[in-house]
Formats: sequence, C-alpha cells, structure tokens
Amino acid sequence: MRIGVFICHCGSNIAGTVDCESVAELASGFPEVVYSTDSMYTCSEPGQEGIITAIHEQKLDGVVVASCTPRMHEPTFRRAVERAGLNRYMFEMANIREHVSWIGKDKEHNTNKAADLVLMAVEKLRRNRPLVPKSFETIKRVLVIGGGVAGIQAALDCADGGLDVVMVERDQSIGGKMAKLDKTFPTIDCSSCVLGPKMVDIAQHEKITLHTCAEIEAVSGYVGNFSVTIRRRATYVDWTKCTGCGVCTEKCPSKRSPDVFNEFMGTTTAINIPFPQAIPKKAAINPATCTMIQKGKCGVCAKVCPVGCIDYEQQDELINVDVGAIVVATGYDLFDWHKYPQYGEGRYPDVITSLQYERLLSASGPTGGHIKRPSDGKEPKNVVFIQCVGSRDRSVDRPYCSGFCCMYTAKQAILTKDHIPDSQSYVFYMDIRAPGKGYDEFTRRAMEEYGAQYVRGRVAMIYPHGEQLMVRGADTLAGTQVEVPADLVVLATGVEAAQGAVKLGETLRVVPDQYGFFVESHPKLKPVETNTAGVYLAGACQGPKDIPTSVGQGSAAAAKALGLLSKERLESDPAVSKVNLSRCVGCQKCIGTCPFGAIKAITDRQGKLKAEVIETVCQGCGICTVTCPQGAIQLEHFTDNQILAEVNALCPPKMNASFE
Amino acid sequence: MPAQDERELRIVGFLCNWCSYGGADTAGVARFTQPTDLRIIRVPCSGRIDPLFVVRALLNGADGVLVSGCHPRDCHYAEGNFYARRRLEMLKRFLPITGIDERRFEYTWVSASEGQRWQHVVTEFTRRIHELGPAQSFNPATQEEWFNLALNEASKGEACACHGS
Repeated sequence: MRIGVFICHCGSNIAGTVDCESVAELASGFPEVVYSTDSMYTCSEPGQEGIITAIHEQKLDGVVVASCTPRMHEPTFRRAVERAGLNRYMFEMANIREHVSWIGKDKEHNTNKAADLVLMAVEKLRRNRPLVPKSFETIKRVLVIGGGVAGIQAALDCADGGLDVVMVERDQSIGGKMAKLDKTFPTIDCSSCVLGPKMVDIAQHEKITLHTCAEIEAVSGYVGNFSVTIRRRATYVDWTKCTGCGVCTEKCPSKRSPDVFNEFMGTTTAINIPFPQAIPKKAAINPATCTMIQKGKCGVCAKVCPVGCIDYEQQDELINVDVGAIVVATGYDLFDWHKYPQYGEGRYPDVITSLQYERLLSASGPTGGHIKRPSDGKEPKNVVFIQCVGSRDRSVDRPYCSGFCCMYTAKQAILTKDHIPDSQSYVFYMDIRAPGKGYDEFTRRAMEEYGAQYVRGRVAMIYPHGEQLMVRGADTLAGTQVEVPADLVVLATGVEAAQGAVKLGETLRVVPDQYGFFVESHPKLKPVETNTAGVYLAGACQGPKDIPTSVGQGSAAAAKALGLLSKERLESDPAVSKVNLSRCVGCQKCIGTCPFGAIKAITDRQGKLKAEVIETVCQGCGICTVTCPQGAIQLEHFTDNQILAEVNALCPPKMNASFE
Repeated sequence: MPAQDERELRIVGFLCNWCSYGGADTAGVARFTQPTDLRIIRVPCSGRIDPLFVVRALLNGADGVLVSGCHPRDCHYAEGNFYARRRLEMLKRFLPITGIDERRFEYTWVSASEGQRWQHVVTEFTRRIHELGPAQSFNPATQEEWFNLALNEASKGEACACHGS
C-alpha cells in the first residue's frame, strides 16, 4: 500500500501549538507512508488539488489528512480522493485541531500527540478496503411535527415543492403561539391577518394532511424511509361530519373548562372551538369537564348538533404513515414565573404574563380587545412591564437570553398607549436587545413617541397597595430605589423548551441540550439539520426565535427536505455489518440485539442457519459485532482488526504472541 | 508508541461518534484546555466497543482507558449505550480478577453539547491515572524480563503458590 499523509496548519489554528513540519517528517517514517507533507489550508481548493496531484504523481492508494474533526470535513476530503480515482473509504482523518491544538498548551506534547493520532490513522488505513454504497428508494412524503408558524411555513414550502405533507399538531388547532398574539413587532400588523391565510392554505392544500389533537407515538426506520405512528386523541366529535357551526359550544352547560387558548384568562365550555379562525374549525370535548363523560348525564351537545357528530364513546386512534423526511417544529413554552417569590407567586391576580396580556389586547380575546385587569375589570392606567422573567438568570437555571421579549414588551407598551391614551407604561429592563431589521428603531419609538418609561434595573418585590400593586425595584442608572404604583403588572416571561421535547427527542433520536432545546448538527454550517439524517429542525424548538427567524428556518428545513427527496434514490452508507458465512454458527444473537431489525436468518445450501445483513436497513452501529461470539459479523470500516490496529498503534504489544 | 516522557502517561479513549466525540469537539471549539495524555479512538457507537478492546489496551501497557458514549436513552442507535453500559460494568467488576487495577478504567456519558463536562471528565480521569502512576507491565518483551517480573512479585510475597516465594 502507498499512503500519503497531509498535515494541515489550518492557518495558525493548528500550527500555533503543533509543529506541523516535524509531524509530517515523523509521518514519513510510518509504515507504508511514501509521501508526507504539510500545507496551510488542506481543505481549500489548492489544498485539495494538492491531494489529488499527489495521488496521481505518487500513485497513492490511501490518504491520511490530519486537520480538524472528521465530523466537519470528512465528506469534503472523501470527495477529493474520489475525484482522484480512489475509493472514498481509502481515506482516514486525524483530528489534530479540536482534540490537540485547541486544547493543549504544551507544543512538544501537542506535536507528539498529533504524530500519535496520525500513526493511528495510518494503521487503520492500512486495514481499510474499498466500500461501495448501495442505493434505495425514498418516500416522497414529509412529516411536519408542530403546527406553529415555523411548521406551517415548512409544510407549505414542502407541499408547494411537490411533496406530500403530513402535519401533526398537539393542540386542537394549528397556529401555535403566533395565533394567540394580537399584533406583531416591529410593524404592528395584525398577527391573525398574517397567519390566518397561511393556516387556511394548510387546510386547503391538496398535498397536506392535517392531524390535530395528535402526537407522535413512535418512529422507526431511517432517512428516506421512516415509519411513524401517530396517536390521535379522542375528541368525542366525528370531525368528518362536524361543520364547525358552534351551536354545541353555545348550548354546553358545563362552562368550567380552563381556556387554554386564552392562557387561562377565564373559562370556556367543555365542548369548544378554541378561536374563530381555528384550523380545522371543529369542536372537541374536554373529557375532564364534560358532565356527560364524567357523570353520564347531560348530552346537550348531542341533542343540539344538527349533523349528529357527537360521539361520547370515541377512542384514541393510531395512524401509521411512512415518510421520507421529518421536520420538527415543536416550538417553545413559557417559563413558569411562579418560581420567583418576588412577583407574588400567583397571589396577585393583576400580575399576568405577557402572553396573557396579549390575549387581553386581542379583539378575539376574553375581553373583546378592551384591556381590563383580571381582579376587578377596571381599565389600568399604570402598567408596569418587567423584562427578563426567566431569561438571563442563573438562579432559575435559565442563563440564556430569550431574544424577543425586549421587542414584544416595547410592542405591548405601544399598544397600551393605543388602547388607553391616558395610560403610562413603565418597563423594568436589564439591557435592551433589539438586533434586527427595524428593531432598535421600534424600541426607541416606544420610548420617544409613546412615552414608555424605561427603568434599568431589577424588581425586588411586588406588594399590594390599596387597589393597586406597588412595584419596588432598583434604578441602576440613577443609582436609586424606585417604587412604581401599578394597576397591572405584565411579566415578560422567557422561553423554555416545549413540554415533552425531551421525550420526543428520544423517539426521534434527536438530542436535546441541557435546557431541552434540540441540538443542530453544526452550530453555524448545519443549523437546521440534526445528527439523525432526514430529521430537520425549524423554529423555537432549536432555541428561542422570533417570528421572522422561525419562518426563515421553516423554509430552510423545507429546502433541506426537498433537496433530500428530490433524488430518486439515496445512497446508503456502505459502512455496515457484513457476515462471514464460514464463521457464522447461526446462533442468531445478532438478530436479537440489532435495534433496527437489519439482520435476518437464512439457510445456506447445506441447510445450515446463518445470519444475513439487510444492507440498506443496517445503520452501522456495530452492536452486533460485539455480540457475535465468533467474530463472524464485522462492521465494515470499524472491524475488530481496524480498531485493534489503532489500539496497537498507541500501545504497541511487545510480545509477538497473538491473543486473537 | 508509548508515552513520550514521564510527564505524560498513556491514556486511550474510546468515544462514540455522535455524542462524546462531538462533545470532545465542542470542548476543543470552546478552547477548554485539557491534559494531553489522552488519545481518542472514534467508534460509531459505544455499543461497538468490545470490552476486550479495553483489556487489549491495558495489557499492551496503557496506563488508563476511558470510554464515553451518549447518555442513556439518548443513543443515536436507540439502545447501543445500554449494551455498552452492561458490558463495561461487567468489565469493571472483572478487571481486579485479572490483576488490573479497575481504577485505570472508567466509562462515562457525555453528550455533543457538553464540552465543559468533557473537559472535566478528561481532567479528572487524567489526574486519577497520574495518581496511580505508570501501569505495571503485563507484556514483558523477553523471557528474561518475564522472569524478572516474576521474581519481583515473589520478593514482595505476592507470587502465586506454583512459583514459590
């Protein structure tokens, strides 16, 4: 074998703490290495050309590049060696940047370590063999989980691009958080006027199938061929018949149901359509508060329904669907502000969240768009906004900035003045973070045109003061304590990961970070991909995002899904398990351990039981390889011999005796 | 090659590609300084790690072996780390029987976002191995070395009955 070694300087990223020339020199003495050099940026075009030229001139049949992590540029270099006519698996990478130069301070130690890693790669490469991928068909259908604005955008883009789309939404209607908003910053255009038509498009698009009141039960399969089980909760209403006329909701005598859509600002009927623009506009019964379901007496809705669609016996339904790609757009939830003692922990009815305030401002809200405070229904004159409730606060384990609270607080201050011209808004803030197009101008407008008083400081406590609340806090710019009487206090509650995100992540094999937000494949270059091929992220499930960014990411995820499924066939990774039939004793242990059902039992010509790997189903984990008592099933590209070669490179056996 | 000088010991790491290798990358990107003793071998899944790889490394003279995978329930391959956990826990309990100090082997779980945790794991494990010092040689190169080793053991009164003391 003729191996070429290329040591990358990565500018000064590697060369700063690793002596790349001497690593290249050391490497020239490694077994079967016939060519060794170092270059400034190996991944650059001249760098790649250098590899290709060397392969031709030196007649190399294997290449080692020592540079950054293979998780970054392995595909790049594999393509390069392929362009030079080598098989892409005749390539190995040594990670001397993330694992050496960026973490070690001692140049001598770093250089030694880099040389060790190169030797490991060389020893592994010597045992590599060319692998050829198989191809398989893809299913031209996309699953979109979550019907908020990001999911809606992703679904519409995919459907317009010609793919079938299945949308799954946990709530009764799509629309997500945006449907609850009155106006949106920085244009103060009506939220439902912007979102409403898109929701209608979802309902009417011939390529989109919508399942609401539904959640993901199970996912199996792999990129291009996922098999998904959806659990649709019983709504006790036959939606194929329901026309959304709303007669049942008018007549329902049980009016104690918590009004989820209005953020618990009041109650609603047990059978309910959450809001006038709901998609699908169908009624559903809350079984916890329905007298008929709980006590077996009532049945008013069944009597008044003109189409007879009420079905008290309805059960949950499991729906199976096969898809080629999955877009996760499960959004976020609001931080539970009751964790803060200083805001009264819920003792004062006039302390509300910003989303509740949004419902008060909205014409479709519980007060018909008139701001009335919850305690006595009076119009508030002094409104105090408190920012960063559950953002940038380590004491409640939310050190991150939720990003858009500064903006919606400014918007709400402006809207307050619009609704009640003689009102005064006060905003307690830490810093104003308005980095978007027209955003800073917007917050300035709130201060300068609408007279919102911005106080830089935190609030220490809220206490009752006659009919009002007194908000005591610091004004750090003036260096004083301030007390502001408030008729209404609005908490700009921060963003946290949606409830159930961690569980969904387990189902989808998408890893959440420590706060429950899904981790993207690369923080800069792969912001919508996940580590599971064919699963993409959109919107706030990946981290706090405002509407424009969520929409942008929805489109980005759709573009990725469209790109993936535009290919007739996908290539499978050939680094899969392979059975050595002469060694296999047919014990079938591998079949039992494979998490993907990728191994089946066959009988050979002599009628003996053997294992066989279904190559397109095998995901290349290698669990079977360790399980096999005979060493008969080996994961290609990570065989026992290849891994042991790396071990032996690091710790050379002194005795010649073999224990294998 | 063995460790270059006495300031460094030979520590071998087996890391799964999806979580821990990514976590080590994250630590690198964030410039979380770590001891340089560790050399990392990348495997697709912690379920691919044969306990005998660990034994081989230790027999060959590694001073420590560190295995890291995805957190339980977060495996990219659904259940590989459950297999790993069972196999490696067995190995950990078995090592003392072979005469290897089980503190030279550790397995842990680090996700791709836990750069800081990876720094902590590496620093702590390296510190532990340095406290234990270089590992006793299990593979003497020559007959003579082998004999000396046995004599040495015998002089400590730790030899087996067949070799006498």
